[in-house]
Amino acid sequence: MPISQTGQFVRLAEQDRQPITLTIDGAPVTVLQGDTLLTALLIHGRSLRVSEFGDGPRAGFCLMGACQDCWVSLDDGRRLRACTSFAVDGMALETGP
Amino acid sequence: MSAPRVLVVGAGPAGVRAAELLAESGTETIVVDEGLRAGGQIYRRPPAGFTRPYGALYGFEAAKARALHDAFDRLEGGIDYRPETLIWNLSRGIAHSYGEATGYNEIPYDALIIATGAHDRTIPFPGWTLPGVFTLGGAQVALKYQGCAVGRRVLFCGTGPLLYLIAYQYALAGAGIAGVLDCAPLGAKLRSLSGLAAAGGVMLAKGLFYTAALRARGIAVVQGALPLEARAEDGRLAALRYRDGQGAAREIACDGIATGYGLAPDTKLADLAGCAFYYHPAARHWLPVSDDDGRATAAGVYLAGDGAGIAGADAAETRGALAAYAVIADRGGSVPMARIAALRRRLARARRFAAALDRGFPFPHEFAAAMADETILCRCEAISAGVLRAAVTDLGATEMNRAKAFSRVGMGRCQGRVCAAAATEVLAAALQIDPEAVGRGRGQAPVKPIPMVAK
Repeated sequence: MPISQTGQFVRLAEQDRQPITLTIDGAPVTVLQGDTLLTALLIHGRSLRVSEFGDGPRAGFCLMGACQDCWVSLDDGRRLRACTSFAVDGMALETGP
Repeated sequence: MSAPRVLVVGAGPAGVRAAELLAESGTETIVVDEGLRAGGQIYRRPPAGFTRPYGALYGFEAAKARALHDAFDRLEGGIDYRPETLIWNLSRGIAHSYGEATGYNEIPYDALIIATGAHDRTIPFPGWTLPGVFTLGGAQVALKYQGCAVGRRVLFCGTGPLLYLIAYQYALAGAGIAGVLDCAPLGAKLRSLSGLAAAGGVMLAKGLFYTAALRARGIAVVQGALPLEARAEDGRLAALRYRDGQGAAREIACDGIATGYGLAPDTKLADLAGCAFYYHPAARHWLPVSDDDGRATAAGVYLAGDGAGIAGADAAETRGALAAYAVIADRGGSVPMARIAALRRRLARARRFAAALDRGFPFPHEFAAAMADETILCRCEAISAGVLRAAVTDLGATEMNRAKAFSRVGMGRCQGRVCAAAATEVLAAALQIDPEAVGRGRGQAPVKPIPMVAK
């Protein structure tokens, strides 16, 4: 029985925040001011990046800056740790390899 | 003596209490913290614009959380506070920092208080790198810091005080819960009850309350479980296969897993500072040596909080205060001796309690030692347990650092924070030696990844 068709994360509280828009792999999405990049990506999808070592997609692990599993790329070439970086209006995130 | 400049790394319970007393004494104090706002992990504060009240965020600990946050907020203007900043290296009295907004800086210091805390200790199992598998602490961060659950049907699997607490917090927030798999052997837990009761009994009462609250909601709680494999369907986490307490293989459907077996101290900066370490056999990890007031073996270096030994948030506050007094006293300042004596007594009680927790929730090292060769051990570089074992059997490694060089386990971007506990047990079993004899992986700067820039 499939449990869900949408993102990995589900919002339970704190939904009265300012909406902001960013793009994920070119597609515009709406997230909320105060979302980390990790939250923004996992509300809309199931992963953050693809492992460079051939074992498939990854979605982070510790969420507290210890495991370094959630580094993501921006279209301007910057790389940010998704659990400790915040979504900013207009950001363009890339989850592909 | 000249006015010292004290650098406090970390703004959790230990760092905040240290900074408070240093500032009070008129000491020039710099607090560098990776977090967005002071509080650390257990008292982590959501970003601006979040509105849940303290009771909803911190439960029984709401008053302590508020007191700590208020104490730090009162320091504004009196200290040099640098949030969202990493200390990535220490070299001859200079700390090297990096922040996305502030860039690279050098911070000279006369004394250093390291209060870098701890993170979840995990044991790999097949499928643990699938999207949807997180640490217990990570699942709590998602809820507390972002108002999110890590799945629509989350399974909690592991041992330790966080297991039931976080499952309970999820239930209270209205999250879907697949169940709780408690991997602690029941005998050890029963033996620890007397220790927990002796240590005050409050934690025991809370634990029983959380368990009862979960059962009252009809949530399955399985004792003596062993995770076997997280299974995906169509590329998505779909279930956890596990062995129950009677040895039967079972499966629970879930789209999120939160796992952890107690905490691992973050000791990377203590390592770079040149501190001596010792092996703690009950906790089964290495710790920097410090005296009762937090003095490390390296001159001018002090340790506080869970990074100096896992003892919880209350003990972290106590240790932060003691470390600050030690800095002040060592610089020739006057300190309140009666107050320090009271803090030392409080710390001794906390240590007895921590020892009871170690007995009650022993690290299930046998899970790690028995890991299949194919299972990914190092998630940074997707290196399997078999590659680490081959470093012993084929290449002749006899301790951690040689095995690390041969296999790259522990050399990835997390620097072994995630895999060291399990890798140590895999090596101990392969070498048929005590984990202490496996040794400790050496730390390297940068302690966490930082961007390289050409100027």
